[in-house]
Amino acid sequence: MRLVLEPRPTHSWPAAVAAPIVAIALTLLAGGVLFALIGRDPVEALATYFFEPLTDAWALQEIVVKATPLALIALGLSLCFLSNNWNIGAEGQFVVGAICGGGIAVAVQGTEAGGWVLPAMILAGMIGGAAYALLPAVLKVRFGASEILTSLMLVYIAELLLDYLVRGPWRDPQGFNFPTTAPFEDAAIMPLLIEGSRVHWGAAVALVGALVMTAMLGRTLSGFKIILVGQAPRAGRFAGFSDKRLVLTTFAVSGALAGLAGVMEVAGPIGQLQPDISPGYGFTAIIVALLGRLHPIGIVAAALFLALTFIGGESAQITLKVPLDLTLVFQGILLFFVLACDTLVVYRLRIAKRSTTS
Amino acid sequence: MTEAGVAARRVPLLEAIGISKSYGALRANDAIDLAVAEGEIHALLGENGAGKSTLVKIFYGLLEPSAGELRWRGAPIALASPAEARSLGIAMVFQHFSLFENLTVAENVALGLPRSEPMAGLAGRVRDISRAYGLPLDPHREVWRLSVGERQRIEIVRALLQDPRLLILDEPTAVLTPQEGEQLFAALDKLRRERRAILYISHKLEEVQRLCDVATVLRAGKVVTTCDPQQESSASLARMMVGETVPPVRRTAVARRSTTRLRVSHLNHAADDPHGVSLVDVTLEVMGGEILGIAGVAGNGQDELFAVLSGETPVSNADAIAIDGKAAGTATITERRRMGAAFVPEERLGHAAAPRQTLSANVLLTGHATGGLVRHGIVDRKETTTRMEAICRTFDVRKAAGDPEARTLSGGNLQKFVVGREIVQVPNVLVIAQPTWGVDAGAAAAIQRALLDLAARGSAVLVISQDLDELLQISDRIAVMFNGRLSKPMMAETVGREEIGLLMGGVIASHVSQSGHAARP
Repeated sequence: MRLVLEPRPTHSWPAAVAAPIVAIALTLLAGGVLFALIGRDPVEALATYFFEPLTDAWALQEIVVKATPLALIALGLSLCFLSNNWNIGAEGQFVVGAICGGGIAVAVQGTEAGGWVLPAMILAGMIGGAAYALLPAVLKVRFGASEILTSLMLVYIAELLLDYLVRGPWRDPQGFNFPTTAPFEDAAIMPLLIEGSRVHWGAAVALVGALVMTAMLGRTLSGFKIILVGQAPRAGRFAGFSDKRLVLTTFAVSGALAGLAGVMEVAGPIGQLQPDISPGYGFTAIIVALLGRLHPIGIVAAALFLALTFIGGESAQITLKVPLDLTLVFQGILLFFVLACDTLVVYRLRIAKRSTTS
Repeated sequence: MTEAGVAARRVPLLEAIGISKSYGALRANDAIDLAVAEGEIHALLGENGAGKSTLVKIFYGLLEPSAGELRWRGAPIALASPAEARSLGIAMVFQHFSLFENLTVAENVALGLPRSEPMAGLAGRVRDISRAYGLPLDPHREVWRLSVGERQRIEIVRALLQDPRLLILDEPTAVLTPQEGEQLFAALDKLRRERRAILYISHKLEEVQRLCDVATVLRAGKVVTTCDPQQESSASLARMMVGETVPPVRRTAVARRSTTRLRVSHLNHAADDPHGVSLVDVTLEVMGGEILGIAGVAGNGQDELFAVLSGETPVSNADAIAIDGKAAGTATITERRRMGAAFVPEERLGHAAAPRQTLSANVLLTGHATGGLVRHGIVDRKETTTRMEAICRTFDVRKAAGDPEARTLSGGNLQKFVVGREIVQVPNVLVIAQPTWGVDAGAAAAIQRALLDLAARGSAVLVISQDLDELLQISDRIAVMFNGRLSKPMMAETVGREEIGLLMGGVIASHVSQSGHAARP
């Protein structure tokens, strides 16, 4: 007896929508089993993780703060993934965006520079992220190098570069030797969307970005190009769309959005450069993009859900005394079930009896 | 007929009773009764979408019927997989081969056999069987060196190695030269004399009449009739298939030639794929009002020629190709479309059309180049939908209401759509590959008529086809492609079928090039 995956003759639309919901339900189930195994009451633990943050105004705001970079990065990644390019290095593009934007903030410290600083930082962050994403794209187009490997490896280079800068040349002289830059001055800080919270204008940018991308994918020739080349590369070439140019543009846009998320993170909730500026947003955004079915609106919803796992993880660490790494375990389980459910939408599992001839 | 033979006729080898198969609301097979007896070649005739493929997939254990019963020598059976079908003695040769190009004939055969089959001596058995049936094969050759006809032999030999009682062949002659077709018929005749049963799917009525003992005609998932094809005329068989009279398509008059609209001069193009064919010194001219046919067995450079003409693979020499007098060799496919050219490639799904995109999006696929559909980068969806509906109306494309995905259309309807999509724009130059490949008689006639009409309006039409009958019917001149070289064009009215067949097989090369060249490697 063995298991075989057979393509389904027809793909049902409701199944495609149900798949992420089923994946979340299975993740909760598996999470409950996990909690029971480490000796916690599963119901209480899951409630702490996934329900209590929703009842607390501060936690709700924090969910939006964390969902903002996730959504922005995932929107860019979805363009890559739709066109069949696998940018795994958004974390690095996020960091490089933060470095490029943050560098301006560091440079203008003490100069009383005015209103141009923040726009310049944002522009620099986007250009930096895009340029960093173009490295694996050019390597793919020019030499056929796998973008999965090159983009992933570039993450570590970016992180080490940031580490070097904040420990070395950019370290705050009055910072008691802590590896951080001086706190950014007001001209280099994102304005808040909700006074008294940490929710900044980046949340609105992400939402507008999702709407723009919905229109772009559904209504424009550029959106059609991305989807067509991703779905049917040969038909894409017949249509006259250059797949190489598309590799470059999707990577550049994706890198720019990750860089934007990076610069807004250091100019927003963090307010300075430091060695750790991301709890893995660039990697979690891959799960967000897939859980959101590569659809902009779905991505916003998925970003809010994964932000919930970050917040829930923090409160579970405090109240249940479970390690924070459990959040990453949850995210891993979720990714597993998302991919499994997606597979079962397209294929069905059949038990093949050993036939008499084989 | 012997006593045993009479008994065998009475209890059919394979019998289908009331077989139905539904996909949602569509009934692909509707209560089909069919009986195949030993020692008979049984034709399965029908339009595309009539349910032939569904039916034979059920016979081969690839699909489960929704209702009905299969009997093997009178006993009910349920086939859960092709392996079970093979163990009963049912073998199938598909229209599309599943072969590994870099492996040898024997290795490919071994891969298709059950694991228990001994590898030792397989090469010898392959050679023996292929010789015994007059389908010679060298077991130690790599597949990529072989012609399409030889590749088909591998599939047939692979099937015969398992000593099948029933052999199912899906449109086997579609890829063969007339001479290769003759060899296949001789082999099938021998199999019949060995009292094996053959289920033969074909659109070619003449060969069904020549070869088959019984014909079952399907239309819209139902059996229309089971008859003796030798007692029927081609016209009556076609009528049963299509349900209406199909007037044969003929050129009405010798086309009024005008100026040269497509010119290819001394085109050379090295294949970028090691299994590809390099184009060598290809020269041709198509006038406005003319149809030029390019014949040839698949894999002799036709795909490469199409890619180079369409601009999917631009060449380095701009002057090698001229569209309406303008140098186009280095132009992209979009630029060539703007020069007034249009293209229809051989593969409908995945090349000419994106399977999971709607029909209106597939209109945009080629229509975006020439204006009217996109303004400032924004797609005018109303316009794409209007044009899609117009194409479907003009070319009688049968589809579900609204704007369905391309993959939901039957082969013939999708082909009418992708041909119609280009013709409604009245291109100055149309390059089309395999216009009626795997398409039923009704759709084929409609497409051929549309090509003739287009030429009559002054366009230059280049048809690349393996269907010689079709080319002889609609072309003004015919050239033959062999091994990347193109012969001089010959007048379709006067050229002999024999001569074209020999050119296709590379047997006479005098037309092909002055320098001469070796036979296939």
